[in-house]
Amino acid sequence: MTAPQVLAGRGLTFQYQGAQSPLFSDLDIHVQRGEIIAVLGPSGVGKSSLLRVLGGLQAPARGEVTLDGEPLLAPHPRVAIAFQDPSLLPWLTLEKNVAFGLDFKRQPRRDKAERAALVDEALREVGLSDFRRAYPSELSGGMSQRAALARCLARRPEVLLLDEPFGALDEVTRREMQALLLQIVADYDTAALLITHDIDEALAVADRIVLLGGAPASAIGQWDVRVAQPRADAIEELGQMRIEILQALRGAVRRPRKDIQTCALTASLAVAC
Amino acid sequence: MTAATQVVSSALGSATSRSLDAGLKRAALGSLGVGLLFVGWWLVTDYSAAQGSFLARFSLARTMSALAGLLADSSFWNHVGVSLQRVAVGLGLATLVGAPLGVAVGLSKTLEAATTPAFQLLRMISPLSWMPIAVMAFGVGDRPVYFLLAFAAVWPIVLNTAAGVRGLDRRYLQLASSLAATRWETVRRVVAPGIVAHVLTGVRLSIGVSWIILVPCEMLGVTAGLGYFILDARDRLAYPELMATIIVIGALGYMLDGAARGLQNRWARQN
Ligand SMILES: Nc1ncnc2c1ncn2[C@@H]1O[C@H](COP(=O)(O)OP(=O)(O)O)[C@@H](O)[C@H]1O
Ligand SMILES: [Mg+2]
Repeated sequence: MTAPQVLAGRGLTFQYQGAQSPLFSDLDIHVQRGEIIAVLGPSGVGKSSLLRVLGGLQAPARGEVTLDGEPLLAPHPRVAIAFQDPSLLPWLTLEKNVAFGLDFKRQPRRDKAERAALVDEALREVGLSDFRRAYPSELSGGMSQRAALARCLARRPEVLLLDEPFGALDEVTRREMQALLLQIVADYDTAALLITHDIDEALAVADRIVLLGGAPASAIGQWDVRVAQPRADAIEELGQMRIEILQALRGAVRRPRKDIQTCALTASLAVAC
Repeated sequence: MTAATQVVSSALGSATSRSLDAGLKRAALGSLGVGLLFVGWWLVTDYSAAQGSFLARFSLARTMSALAGLLADSSFWNHVGVSLQRVAVGLGLATLVGAPLGVAVGLSKTLEAATTPAFQLLRMISPLSWMPIAVMAFGVGDRPVYFLLAFAAVWPIVLNTAAGVRGLDRRYLQLASSLAATRWETVRRVVAPGIVAHVLTGVRLSIGVSWIILVPCEMLGVTAGLGYFILDARDRLAYPELMATIIVIGALGYMLDGAARGLQNRWARQN
């Protein structure tokens, strides 16, 4: 049996209400168990929107998202999403924030002791055990991001959807968190989709890199990173790929600029008429 | 201000002592204003009014001695207690009805569109207009008073709660749905704690409204309470007592509002 596609989006087209054109169209993306997919793309291309569609928070105009082959029409308890913004609830302590949702009706049944153990472990994994009674307003940006990650991890999800989760972290902590992500994916056979704007982060953790670009956006490039972890010594092998991705990314960023030029041209013609 | 004096003044006082000074200044000015109110009263009723004249009946000096007498009288405290209890019941009913109604209106655009004009219309009718109907419907006694107080107090709570729900951070709602929360879980775990500050604002406004309409409400068909006591004082021609009761009503209202504000600030500081 080939590795099952845990979460897959096929022919996804998505458009915001009131928008002129689709944000992305005919996009195919999938992630398998034990695999990390990095989604790269210029800012504003629709990465966060794609994540929400894959998580069942927003419905695509066309195409479908499936979880283990079953259509996914609403957020699923087996899928955890870490948003670009930590979204911690200000009236709960860190501990209660991490536990938030564990006792929801649609989540797997767990008794109080089990929930406490999961929260403890998640806090330990992100290194925030000492801050369990702190309120979100007392945490730094990086700590908040780690807390949001802990809230996802506590649920032991089969699919992790992460929207630039390490963006606000310093270099050292970022490396630690990347290592933690690799550890979790390996330990629990999780499928992880990581949105990032950092090529080096993608090269450091991903098994596959998907580059989004164009308007409407689609996957304009895909790279399999067949380099074993840890990758610290594989700089040379990764260097070539890095250049390729950078070139493709530059092309992707340049494209909208052309659009703007055409717009300006049409506008001046309209005035001339 | 020159740079030199700025340096001196910031060296002299830390930020906290400066804000303390500002607070003291405000309190002093406030006391001065209240003091002037009493001086004006004294000028009109004691200083310039002739002995035995109409104005002299409301003399400040006689009011103060009547006030001392009332405060020492347990039956007067009984009237105070009855009035406070009525406001509490009215407010409780208004919150019980108003907060869930506000949540529903805040969550549903359809419901909001359907109810806003009706609420604005009802809100602008003085609750006292319903008094005859309330008495017919509920009979004489406490029940029409509860009804009128609740009816007056419910609108600020409904409107503020709905505004709180609409102003709720969308990211919190998105978080709840990403965790596959049911509608009820979203309301209980995200919406309710997220709007407490707004509900408290509504409750505070409602306390003010209730206290203001309490006195006229108590002038009809009840035999206790501060409103009743004012009419009773009039019938007994006990004008100093009447004025003393008015002072008590003002002071109690001021304290109730202060307590509500304190509650609100405490919640705000916690978050
Ligand atoms: N809720 C929304 N309603 C309408 N437009 C949106 C909404 N969220 C994002 N957009 C628009 O969609 C585009 C892509 O946004 P986003 O998915 O956040 O991109 P990225 O994460 O790649 O930076 C942006 O132009 C943004 O303005
Ligand atoms: Mg984004």
